[in-house]
Amino acid sequence: MSWLTQTLSSSIGKKLVMALTGLFLTSFLAVHVAGNLQLFNADEGLAFNLYTVFMTTSPIIKTISYGLYAFILIHAFQGFYLAYQNRQARGKVTYSKVDNQSTWASRNMALLGTVLLVFIVVHMAQFWYDYKFGQLPFKKYTIELAEGKIVNTETMPEGYMLKSKLEEQLSDDQKTKTIIVKDLYMIVDRAFANLPLVLLYVLSMVAVSYHLVHGFRSAFQTLGINHPKYNPLLDFLGVWVFGIIIPAAFAAMPVYFYIMHLLH
Amino acid sequence: MHLTLKVWRQKNNDSEGRFETYELDGISSDMSFLEMFDVLNEKLIAENKEPVAFDHDCREGICGMCSMYINGRPHGPLQGVATCQLHMRSFNDGDTIVVEPWRAVAFPVIKDLVVSRTAFDRIVASGGFVSVNTGNAQDANSLPVPKEAADHAFMAAACIGCGACVAACKNSSAMLFVSAKISQLALLPQGQAERKIRAEKMVAQMDTEGFGACTNTGACSAECPKEISMENIARMNREYLGAKLTSSAV
Amino acid sequence: MATSSRLNAKIPEGPLQDKWTKYRSSVPLVNPSNKRRLEVIVVGTGLAGASAAATLAELGYKVKAFCFQDSPRRAHSIAAQGGINAAKNYQNDGDSIYRLFYDTVKGGDYRSREANVYRLAEVSGSIIDQCVAQGVPFAREYGGLLSNRSFGGVQVQRTFYAAGQTGQQLLLGAYSALERQVGMGTVQMYTRHEMLDVVVIDGKCQGVIVRNLVTGEIERHAGHAVLLCSGGYGNVFYLSTNAMGCNVTAAWKAHKRGAFFGNPCFTQIHPTCIPVSSEHQSKLTLMSESLRNDGRIWVPKKKDDTRNPSQILEEERDYYLERRYPAFGNLVPRDIASRAAKERCDAGYGVGPSKMAVYLDYSSAIERYGRAEANKNNIHSPTDEQVRALGKAVVKEKYGNLFDMYKQITGEDPYEVPMRIYPAVHYTMGGLWVDYNLMTTVPGLYALGEANFSDHGANRLGASALMQGLADGYFVIPYTIGSYLANEIRTGAIATSHPAFEKTEQEVKDRIEKLLTINGHTSPEQFHRRLGHIMWNKCGMARNEQGLREAIEEIRTLRQEFWQDVRVMGTANEYNPELDKASRVADFLELGELMCLDALDRNESCGGHFREEYQTEEGEALRDDENYMYVSAWEYHNDSQWELHKEDLEYDNIKIAQRSYK
Repeated sequence: MSWLTQTLSSSIGKKLVMALTGLFLTSFLAVHVAGNLQLFNADEGLAFNLYTVFMTTSPIIKTISYGLYAFILIHAFQGFYLAYQNRQARGKVTYSKVDNQSTWASRNMALLGTVLLVFIVVHMAQFWYDYKFGQLPFKKYTIELAEGKIVNTETMPEGYMLKSKLEEQLSDDQKTKTIIVKDLYMIVDRAFANLPLVLLYVLSMVAVSYHLVHGFRSAFQTLGINHPKYNPLLDFLGVWVFGIIIPAAFAAMPVYFYIMHLLH
Repeated sequence: MHLTLKVWRQKNNDSEGRFETYELDGISSDMSFLEMFDVLNEKLIAENKEPVAFDHDCREGICGMCSMYINGRPHGPLQGVATCQLHMRSFNDGDTIVVEPWRAVAFPVIKDLVVSRTAFDRIVASGGFVSVNTGNAQDANSLPVPKEAADHAFMAAACIGCGACVAACKNSSAMLFVSAKISQLALLPQGQAERKIRAEKMVAQMDTEGFGACTNTGACSAECPKEISMENIARMNREYLGAKLTSSAV
Repeated sequence: MATSSRLNAKIPEGPLQDKWTKYRSSVPLVNPSNKRRLEVIVVGTGLAGASAAATLAELGYKVKAFCFQDSPRRAHSIAAQGGINAAKNYQNDGDSIYRLFYDTVKGGDYRSREANVYRLAEVSGSIIDQCVAQGVPFAREYGGLLSNRSFGGVQVQRTFYAAGQTGQQLLLGAYSALERQVGMGTVQMYTRHEMLDVVVIDGKCQGVIVRNLVTGEIERHAGHAVLLCSGGYGNVFYLSTNAMGCNVTAAWKAHKRGAFFGNPCFTQIHPTCIPVSSEHQSKLTLMSESLRNDGRIWVPKKKDDTRNPSQILEEERDYYLERRYPAFGNLVPRDIASRAAKERCDAGYGVGPSKMAVYLDYSSAIERYGRAEANKNNIHSPTDEQVRALGKAVVKEKYGNLFDMYKQITGEDPYEVPMRIYPAVHYTMGGLWVDYNLMTTVPGLYALGEANFSDHGANRLGASALMQGLADGYFVIPYTIGSYLANEIRTGAIATSHPAFEKTEQEVKDRIEKLLTINGHTSPEQFHRRLGHIMWNKCGMARNEQGLREAIEEIRTLRQEFWQDVRVMGTANEYNPELDKASRVADFLELGELMCLDALDRNESCGGHFREEYQTEEGEALRDDENYMYVSAWEYHNDSQWELHKEDLEYDNIKIAQRSYK
């Protein structure tokens, strides 16, 4: 297998690793944003909390998520190593004056990546760690089945424990059902009352935007995909979908909660 | 025109360099940038000072010898033009012009603005050729080459090997140069026999020389005096990865 | 008149068509195991040098190659624009080896050697095959086959090209073959090294002294044969289309060590160059001859007409080439086109601020191509604007890079206003005298490409320099060198400790020391400029006895001044371009005198050599075949002392005629 390590440690191989992990992380973002849109559901967090349960219990998703953690680490460390190596290639003396003909984002992927790494640590400590290992309150939703309406919600008392993350129960008359679920929604809601945190999130999404505007297209270039017929599509996806729409949707979440808090 | 020149002076690769400032009068806008340097050097000689060493030869934009990093850009402010084809009409009276050598570990400074680019030769020697001994060739027209392939190969082959791509890249990457050669030969039927091994060897040599890796900023192509396209780098990536995956070398 | 006994061209016997084939099959061979023990030194890595070094290494010889540039890929062959000739007859227009041979001899005004030129034409086809196999991206038609265009002095289409960068592509092909051998360890490549002398031991050339231009170190290199592929000496004129570094030093040192110099006065003035615009100009830029395919050359009919060219009506224009040479029109050979431009300008019809330029006009080509395109695209009754746009696109595809270059240099847009052009020094047909094997008069010392006195006689046809350089390197020297090296297998390794090496090295060092210690007031550059001025005015496009005599005196004086007053900055032990320049200028100062001497000796006009005393009533060159049908080969004795040897030219296969392109 020496050819494989040789390939992956070559300059193009290193790029390939960055591209493949990067594209995976990008595709994760698409899934993540789709799920998180549940936050905007006016259902007191039911859909969002159910989605969270699904994400943390499905064996497939769990496997993928371990891959995800690994890819984040590989992408980050490979990125730092490459940035270091690339810096070394310039030599001790650098130019005294530079009039760049490239985009700012393309030159600052390592900086943007660092911002994102810090963000990911904060983000995971806050929500993921709390959800997995912390003491989260449970919430009980009562739903009327005929119209699918939530007729009652109730936060369970402190210290309430459930064996699983979710408990569903049909009422005896079969007209309503109750769902008891870990209430991450509330944690989110509470967290985004904090202005500095909201700002950190928004700023990080700006970083995501810049990172992806360059990164998405760049990953395809590294994979050897650069063709006048398909470049417009890649540009559209890279700039509009991954560079603007997705980060904007993410950024809208903390802002939304913050505004809600202000209004109440 | 009156100009202030800030020029990098360095005795050799072992010594430290520094900027020297020179004032220059009576520069005509029809002069080429290098002729302006000729005037500077004549002036320095008259003052018994050592003239500035700079590389230049054909002065018509094709030999690739000239290599000045002018006001923060390789080959100066114009697109698609080598230093020798840059004329003073691109500058204004009273301008301050900063001139530095190419800066890359793989391009050590020889003196002042002169650097060594033999790394490029070694990369070509590692595989940038078709192995055809003299006299082996069949009739030139026995193998038709689609015009489009020939044209694309030509556009890649137009590279003059000046090293502006390396100078422009924040990573000092040589991928535009290497990919131009790999592309030229990958596009032509004559290059097929050694297609895989060529890509593998040239990339390996490029890495050995100490060039950085590409981060697709596109600065190389934007600064290339022959406007070599980034498509070549994509093609090289394909060629290299394809070769690595399928060649018989384990 | 008889050929000097000192000159033996060694032309094989037999009919012209069989000479090369027969010779090739009978020339002594060196067996492979002996080749490994024979070292060949190649100086210069242009088309001739790179192709020779690569091919000899392929054959198994140990090769050392030297160039003064930072990479062999930068030799000045790279700048050749238009194309390379080959008698392939792909266009089915009646081309043949004989026709290429005939055109070349006629184009050279009957001053070249029949056998050499025929061999050149014979191998021309193989060059194209070889280059295509190397991956040279020649221009192609839609069917995938090679495209051709026409060049001056020829009525068939036999020129292969790669846009306006043919030399670049051919050189990169030869360079890649060379680098392949470097990678295999069969060629040792020395870049940024300049040859400063040849070492002659017991009458045979067995090595060179070179200077490492980076460290200043003087090195000795031994070889069983030395190939000088160091190009031409056009830079003696200071302003030329040559690269700044082009120099005569290698050839000149060889000359001073016994190699005769052939036809030094034969220089080619190229008709289509961008005119001189300022006194600081350092070089002239060629606009490819291929532009004369479609461009029309004219001056106003009225003297001192300073109107904008667009205001000068068709009937007020003098298309003087079409008028004087209806058969070839704008595609007459270079010497004729150049002289015609000079004639018009001298007579006061020149254009532009200096009045030393003529127009090269593309408006009618744009119009013609535009109409054809409109037709092709089914645009009936197109507007003038449409026609111009369509036509411009065609011209751009064909000549875009040349037009861009013109715009870069002059700041004018040649699509809108006619280009201004004027002749400039471009190529030197003269060079070291060589025999059929390409060996100079010093055994073991060869000259290839532009460095030899070549196959071009008194004038070279367009697209023939690339052909000759590659023919010499790929297909001639690999065979002919065997006739010498076969006898060298007993020589064994040559020790660089031989007294001859020591002595030559010391002489080189002394000269450098001398240059550095004069400490005068004038830079080498200024001496070069002054020499160029003398050469251009008195030994340029037109020469006369009085001017030449004056020039010789002036050059001698200038040379004396040089050795008393030159100021060379820096030291010998470092990278020092000023020292390199001074050393080259010193050699030009000696060569210039020989060129004038040769021009003075040749009391006739032929090709690029135009003696004002010898012209027809219509101003055409007047040859004197009875007295001057020879190659002049000059032997160096001492400062300003040369002896002339003559090699008679015999034409058995061509009827000699007054060259007419009317």
